[in-house]
Amino acid sequence: MKILHPARRSKARERNGDLSRGLLLRLELPSDPSLLCAVRGAVERLTESFGFSAPDCRAVTRAVDEALTNIIRHSYNGRPDQPIEMFFRSVHRQATPNASEGLEILLCDRGPSIKNAQLCMRALEEVKPGGLGLHFIQQSMDVVEYKRAKGTNRLRLVKYVRAAKQDSNS
Amino acid sequence: MQISSRQLDKTTIFDVSGDIDLANSPAVRKALLKEVRDNRTPRVVMNLSKVRYIDSSGVASLVEGLKASRDVGSRFILFGLSTSAREVLQLSRLLKIFEVYDNEEQALAG
Repeated sequence: MKILHPARRSKARERNGDLSRGLLLRLELPSDPSLLCAVRGAVERLTESFGFSAPDCRAVTRAVDEALTNIIRHSYNGRPDQPIEMFFRSVHRQATPNASEGLEILLCDRGPSIKNAQLCMRALEEVKPGGLGLHFIQQSMDVVEYKRAKGTNRLRLVKYVRAAKQDSNS
Repeated sequence: MQISSRQLDKTTIFDVSGDIDLANSPAVRKALLKEVRDNRTPRVVMNLSKVRYIDSSGVASLVEGLKASRDVGSRFILFGLSTSAREVLQLSRLLKIFEVYDNEEQALAG
């Protein structure tokens, strides 16, 4: 797993254009399930330092972990040596009366295009194993968007810092 | 993640420690199904007090254990859920489906 340090961000900015605006952290890792715990550790620390509440830190960590699990299982069919890139950026919500800061996470993989049917969630009323990952992602994040661009699956997740945190800081 | 088992009368207690995620949920599933289906243990108890995190694949393994226990008429019990583990069971609306206790004493008395 490669972690991009601040001193190397300028090179990444040149390579990735828009992707590096507001960049906090960039991770490159192979699709190996044994690395999931390391990513969770990094995301936990990042969300804590970002100012999220403890429940929101767990929510963001859970969403990222489930998104990576989906990439490994469905995009790469369990192959452990395929590339995954993650970009963590600070973003601001301007559309609302009180603009708020948020953490955007972009997960990129080079697996085949995801079909819409694969993004459908099953009913939670059914007690059966499987199909819960997308629910966890949707319930944990404020924005969940998928798009295919330049042969890459891009899942964009955003979580905004809740107003209570801003009030206590003002 | 580590998983070990203890026998107590007609009960098997699995002590699990570490995170249950995609890397190791198959091991949890295998141990559970072996105990429920093959050994036909009347009561299987999962000690999750040292499990900090469970992902959707871990939840799926627990659901498989629950369904298998229902199929053979045995009991499947969880105790010692962390905040994170409790959250994922709530998010998946499974908290009330499982038999859940705070600690081992309550789980064995229940």
